[in-house]
Amino acid sequence: MFCGKVEFMKNYNLLTIKVLPFLIILLFAAFDLKEQPEDMASAPKMNLSEYAFFTGKLADLKPAEGVFPYEVNAPLFSDYAEKARFIYLPAGTEMVYDSAGAFKFPQGAVLIKNFYYFTDATKPELGRRILETRLLINEAKGWKALEYIWNDTQTDAVLEVAGATMPVRWIDANGKKQAIDYIAPNLNQCKGCHSYDGQFVPIGATARQLNHTHEGVNQLRNWHMSGLLLLPVGFDVTTAPHLTDYRLTDAPLADKARAYLDGNCAHCHNPHGPASTSGMFLEASQQDPERLGINKPPVAAGRGSGNRKFSIVPGKPNESILLFRMESDDTGIRMPELGRQLAHREGVEIIRQWIKNM
Amino acid sequence: MRLNLLPLLLLPTTALTAQPDLEKQIQTQLIMAEDGDVITLPAGKISLSNTLWLDGKNNITIRGAGIDKTTLTFKNQKQGAEGLKVTNGRNIVLENFTLEDSKGDLVKTQQVKNIIFRDLKAQWTGKPDKNNGAYAIYPVQCQNVRIERCTAIGASDAGVYVGQSDSVWVSQCFAKNNVAGIEIENTTNAWVWNNISMENTGGILVFDLPDLPKKRGGHVKVWNNKVLKNNYKNFAPKGNIVGTVPPGTGIMVLATNDVEIMENSIYDNKTASTAIISYYVTENPINDKDYIPYPSQINIHNNRYSEGKRMPTWKNKLGFLFWTKFGRNVPHILYDGIQNEAWTDAATGQLKPGYRICVHDNENGTFANIKADKKFKGISRDLTPYDCTLETMDVLR
Repeated sequence: MFCGKVEFMKNYNLLTIKVLPFLIILLFAAFDLKEQPEDMASAPKMNLSEYAFFTGKLADLKPAEGVFPYEVNAPLFSDYAEKARFIYLPAGTEMVYDSAGAFKFPQGAVLIKNFYYFTDATKPELGRRILETRLLINEAKGWKALEYIWNDTQTDAVLEVAGATMPVRWIDANGKKQAIDYIAPNLNQCKGCHSYDGQFVPIGATARQLNHTHEGVNQLRNWHMSGLLLLPVGFDVTTAPHLTDYRLTDAPLADKARAYLDGNCAHCHNPHGPASTSGMFLEASQQDPERLGINKPPVAAGRGSGNRKFSIVPGKPNESILLFRMESDDTGIRMPELGRQLAHREGVEIIRQWIKNM
Repeated sequence: MRLNLLPLLLLPTTALTAQPDLEKQIQTQLIMAEDGDVITLPAGKISLSNTLWLDGKNNITIRGAGIDKTTLTFKNQKQGAEGLKVTNGRNIVLENFTLEDSKGDLVKTQQVKNIIFRDLKAQWTGKPDKNNGAYAIYPVQCQNVRIERCTAIGASDAGVYVGQSDSVWVSQCFAKNNVAGIEIENTTNAWVWNNISMENTGGILVFDLPDLPKKRGGHVKVWNNKVLKNNYKNFAPKGNIVGTVPPGTGIMVLATNDVEIMENSIYDNKTASTAIISYYVTENPINDKDYIPYPSQINIHNNRYSEGKRMPTWKNKLGFLFWTKFGRNVPHILYDGIQNEAWTDAATGQLKPGYRICVHDNENGTFANIKADKKFKGISRDLTPYDCTLETMDVLR
């Protein structure tokens, strides 16, 4: 009575299963014969250098023609790794501004993010080690993620679909020795965060993250002047969405906290993200206290609840599940689930003070 | 791309050492899988350091060599909360293997249409512990879910947990030593039948909770299950809703609409063999304006209960209350009596048609309305107000 109503597994034609993969391989082989320099949709390149995003020594990350750096206001914490971010736009194309979601990118655009540690964060001149480079490529079918792992000699990075674990040591900004097994994600894990209603999307390429001003130069304005970004008529930097840089000491606490949660949690914790199941939504624009987690019981937290009753208990950081999960380094408890092993002391402190002062 | 599985067969599979190459190979297969692929897990114990994850694929089978023949152990897990995760796909079959000791949930599927869990064992080894993961088998936001001949042991929340899903079939499963054996939550059209749920804190739970994207569950049939000796101490971490379930709970319906509990054998559950309660009993605040905290349209009939007397648990507020009210003579079927005024006939005090709670033809089926809304004063053991029949569910909608 159940089977009749539900379409389950079909019996697949064995011949199709056996032959199809070879057909696909043939197809790829056929494509390889053609010259397609500008088409990123062809099979992924084995080495990062093949894309020619950078000129000179690859590890210097000196952008080539069509590649330019970008900064975000409220970065995601990634085990204290530093990030060098770039955008590649095919010649003659531009991005289109969006006030809420990710900007519209032309086909063939690539977001390039390099993760590295300084040997000694107090003395950057001593050099750095780049561990991985993540590419988001905008293809006709949508965004695709690729992951490149750098070799020990820092001459190139190699495509790796299944991720990697790399032991890494460095001296942190406080002069303290640090060592972790750094984990580069597999391609599915990329989508664990980069997901909107199950579709692959960029996270940081939003107005609120990219509306960034450094030494008097606004990034969006600057791109607009260079013909890289189409802004709506009457666009005003001062009223456009903007996340506070939570690393600034003089910014208002609540702004820093909400920016931190937006940059570190809201890619999953929004009504269209992978954590929609939780009913807890942490976008900076979220106004409903219940959705933010205030006096909200957990749904499927398990031991992630830490014996605490609500996600946020105003005035009581030590009774708030949110803080418990941010402070934990246990893989079954910690939040975010992916991308960190260490607790982010500075981030935890902002959220602690914010809850305390509620 | 199809990957040659032959090298896997040549690896020694008995020793449990780190197997980074095998892990990488399996994860790569999941990433590169093509429509129609069967991904075969080799026999033996496979130690994994990270979640195995299948995303955005259709028509894929992941098949082991059999329960306890292929065992994925996550005891040394370094990253990812789940053991195996399947997201955003259609027509997925997971069968013939064992999963053990993940840091979070053992097998989670989210946003999958047509998912079959068949002949799986998902367990935390050792004594049940609050540090075990929450759910052993965990489909959420899925449509057309079949869970059959699966075993779930040791979950600190629920062994088989179906959340925010539609069209669900749980049958011939075995759940033991979990806080909740089988739980159906904010889920529509679910049949739970021919299962054995024993020695958990609570046997089978049907819950509707506030604050979730999928608002209203219901149309759930719990039929012909064996619900036995669910008297295990509640080891859920605090804060989780199952933490409020008293040890000794057989079947519990919380704030759900349209539930039939029929022809089950509900034996030796010492506190509440069958409980029908509203969300108010949890004493949690309700901020969700769309949430309906009352159970309605509940049909409890032709179940079998143990003879004789039972002493309820003291280790739970509700259990302790039962003990003070009933002593060693706690009734099998308990209704909290908290009714929505709008659904209540003012003259008779009974629920109107469409919202009724019907209880009939239960072997040894003693009953009490505990009047939780009247501070437990005037507890009534009179079944006449609940002497009604509702149409039995015969198809999944």
